[in-house]
This record gives sequence, C-alpha cells and structure tokens, in this order.
Amino acid sequence: MSIEITASLGRTTLNRLQVFGRSGIFLFVSIFQAFLPPFRISRLIKEIEFIGSKSFLIVFVTALFTGMVLGIQGYYSLSQFGAEAALGVMVSLSIIRELGPVLCALMVTGRAGSAITAQIGIMKITDQFPALEMMAIDPLKYVISPKIIAGILSLPLLTAFFDLVGIAGGYLVGVKLLGVNEGAYLGKLVTAITFTDIYGGILKSLCFGLLITWISSFMGFTAEPTTEGVSKATTDAVVLTSLSILIVDYILTSLLL
Amino acid sequence: MIKVENLVKRYGSVTASNHLNCHFEKGKITVILGGSGSGKSTLLRQVTALEKPDSGSIYFDGIDITTLSKKKIYEIRKKMGMLFQGSALFNYLNIFENIAFPLREHTKIANNVIKTIVTMKLEMVGLRGTEDLMPSQLSGGMMKRVGLARAIVMDPKIIFYDEPTSGLDPISTGVIDKLIKDLNRALNITSVVVSHDIESCFRIADNIIILFYGDIIAKGTVEEIRNSKDLRVRQFINGEPEGPIPFTRTDKNYLDELLFD
Repeated sequence: MSIEITASLGRTTLNRLQVFGRSGIFLFVSIFQAFLPPFRISRLIKEIEFIGSKSFLIVFVTALFTGMVLGIQGYYSLSQFGAEAALGVMVSLSIIRELGPVLCALMVTGRAGSAITAQIGIMKITDQFPALEMMAIDPLKYVISPKIIAGILSLPLLTAFFDLVGIAGGYLVGVKLLGVNEGAYLGKLVTAITFTDIYGGILKSLCFGLLITWISSFMGFTAEPTTEGVSKATTDAVVLTSLSILIVDYILTSLLL
Repeated sequence: MIKVENLVKRYGSVTASNHLNCHFEKGKITVILGGSGSGKSTLLRQVTALEKPDSGSIYFDGIDITTLSKKKIYEIRKKMGMLFQGSALFNYLNIFENIAFPLREHTKIANNVIKTIVTMKLEMVGLRGTEDLMPSQLSGGMMKRVGLARAIVMDPKIIFYDEPTSGLDPISTGVIDKLIKDLNRALNITSVVVSHDIESCFRIADNIIILFYGDIIAKGTVEEIRNSKDLRVRQFINGEPEGPIPFTRTDKNYLDELLFD
C-alpha cells in the first residue's frame, strides 16, 4: 500500500518535472530561433499589436480606477496622522513598484494570454503545425517566437502607461476631489521616486511579459487536440499564469529590496 | 522516387510499422489502403519526415531522409506537397494568402507574379473568384481543393494526400479524384494517397498497398488487388464485417510528436 503511494507520488513528480523541462526547452528554442534569419518583422508587429496595443483600453481603465481607489484609501489612512501631503508619494510608489506591473500583467493575461492559448490550440487541432512543417517552415519560429518577443517588448510599455494613468487617477481624487495640496502631491513625487523604483517595476514587467506568452503558448502547444482539451488548456493557462505572476512578483520584490 | 526499406515504428506495445518495404514509383499514383489503426497514417508521417522511424530507411531520390538534419529535411520538403485530412488552411488568412503563403515565405517573387500563380492554381482546382473569402466561409470539399491548390503552388515533385475524400459527398469525392488524376497526368507529379475509400482508390490508383496492423498484406496494381485470393484483402475490399480481420477498436491518439521526438 505505502509502496503504491510512494510510486504514484514519484510518477507524478517525474511527470511534472518532465513537463517543466519540456517547457524550458520550448522557451529556449523559441527565443533562440527568434535571433536566426529569416526575420519576420511583420509577424512581430502583428503580435505586438495584438498583445500590446489592443490592451491599451483595458489597461487604461484598470489603471485609472486603481489610482482613484488608492487616492481615497490613502487619504483616509494618511489623514489619521495628518500626513495627507504624502498622498502623492504613497500612490505613486505603490503603483510604480507593485500594482502597475502586477495588475497590468494580470489584465493582459486575461485578455491576450487566454487568446494565445486558444489560438495555438485550434491551430493544433486543425493540423496547422504539421502543415507549416510540410511547407518547410519551423512552427516554433513562425508562430511562437514572435509572440514571446512581443510579450517581452509590450509589457514594459503597457506598465509605463499604467503607472502614468494610475498616478493621474490618484491626483484626480486626491487633489481635485479631496483637496490635497497640488504642490505637495506633485512636488514630493519628483523627489521621493528614485530610479531604482522605476527600474524594479520595469524589470518585473519584462519578466511578466515573458511569463504570460511562455505559459500561454506552451499550454496551447501541448493541449490535447480536442475541443475539451483546448478549453481546459485555456483555463489552466490563465490560472497558472496568474499564480506565477504573483509568486514571481514576491521573489523579485524580495530580491530587489 | 521514394523507397521504404525495413521500416519499423512502435508506440509502446503497438507496432505501427512492422518491417515495411515498399516503393512509390515516379509519376504513378500509389494508394495506401487500410482500416483505422492499420498504420497508414504513421507510414505517411514517416515518409514525410514528420516522424522518425525506430529503424529502417526511407530513400527520397536516393537520399536517406531518416538521417538528415532538420535543415536538409526542410530543403527536401520544398519538393513535397501535402493535402491534409482537415485541409489545415490557416484560419487567419484569406484564400489568396493561404495559397500564396509558401511563395511569400520561400521565394522573392514579385506580388503581381504571385497573383498570376495563385490565380492559375485556383483555376486548376476550379475555385477562381474565392480569393477574398476566409476558409470558414467554404464547404469541406472546397477547403480540400484550396488545400490542394496550396500544396501544388511550389510545383512539387510529389504530393501526399491524407484521406482526401473522407467526409465528402459523392460529387466532391469525384471532383477530388479527378483532380488527383489530372495533376498526376498533366504535371507528372508522383502521388501518394492514404485512404480507406475503396471505390475512389480503384478509380485513381496505379499501385495499391494494403496495410493491416502495421504489416503490408498486399501490394500490386488495381487488377492484382481486385483478383487477390487473400481472405483479408477480399474482406477489406468488399467491406465484409465477418472475416479474418477482427472487428476491434485500436484507437490511439497521436500526442506530443510535434515537438519532442
């Protein structure tokens, strides 16, 4: 009995490790291929459009409301100590260091990550990968590489946009609505935010961009080629990516501090 | 054109190719017949180098493709065309771009010439005028014909057809059969057809190979197969439920082979 449990535990662990190893090879080959000719710039631009520019609206709304909520909550907490003047610093530091990269990545996961998994899964069901192979085109290079590179390029830009809109949202609520001094909100912001804060946030967003496109692509690529298989892979991809973002965020934060 | 020698492929305990020897002659239409799980698709995937055999050799114009690097295989694939069972058209591209795709990827042909080539190929399959439609707007039979136009756009020396008539109505089947024959006769393209459609097979084939659980149980011309005394062959071509071929279901899915084999 106990032997069976141990054996099945070992089997499961081995399987998981194998999947993990495969996903590593998958990522390595995809990125390596991206640096070999022929370069398909138009494919890359299409993917940046899909992952990046089509996420602008959702990122804008998320950022605006996150900044506004932080404005209200921050004002409430800070006013207990009479420190309303620090509102600008509190809002902007929270957003630049933490909420910007993480919330932005979570929104992109929901919007683009799930679509990537579904798209690749459907390509697999309909034999489009062997079709590419038969046309002497490497499917990883043609389909996956541009997605991963586009993710790495898009997320930092989206995060920068998120930061800007979020701080503006805090300003709207704090200064215009609750009457915090405008000079205090903006002036302290410039002096208190260091390059390290911004650099940390951007580094996080780079990692998240990689995580989103890597996990979503891999889940699609290894999905069971059935309708159920693809729908399961899509759900799994979103859940797994979101969790990984939160875990990696903790690790990066503790390393950067 | 293609010579298969002593080909072996196993999946776990199942032998999909059991020491196969066969020959796909230049300029001829060879049909590989067999029921589900007979190993005909596996044979096709190995001949097209989509899958590596466990042992044995496959000679394409005298070159053993089982030992080639990916780069060399890609060079050889440019001489191959393939029509997939589900057509495998790219659903995000319209009909014109689907057919133009290999030309755009592998050649530097000018746009107006590409347009001429695509129009000619579409005319060959009788679908001129559908250039701007998306694959989802076509019927199954039309999608197969577009897939065929794409398969011949690079003027291959050999075309592989994976169950070209399965799931089609009798007229579409007739159209596809005629196209396979015309392409073979007009362009002298060697053709390999994987099928379980006996009638269509007898209409188009020069040579027939019948597979049964990984073994070749018969090969020869249409007449030779028609007159075969082998009970398994007779049962298969007459579609009899009772006979030496048991009515069992060996259904194994093919996962994972794309990436890590």
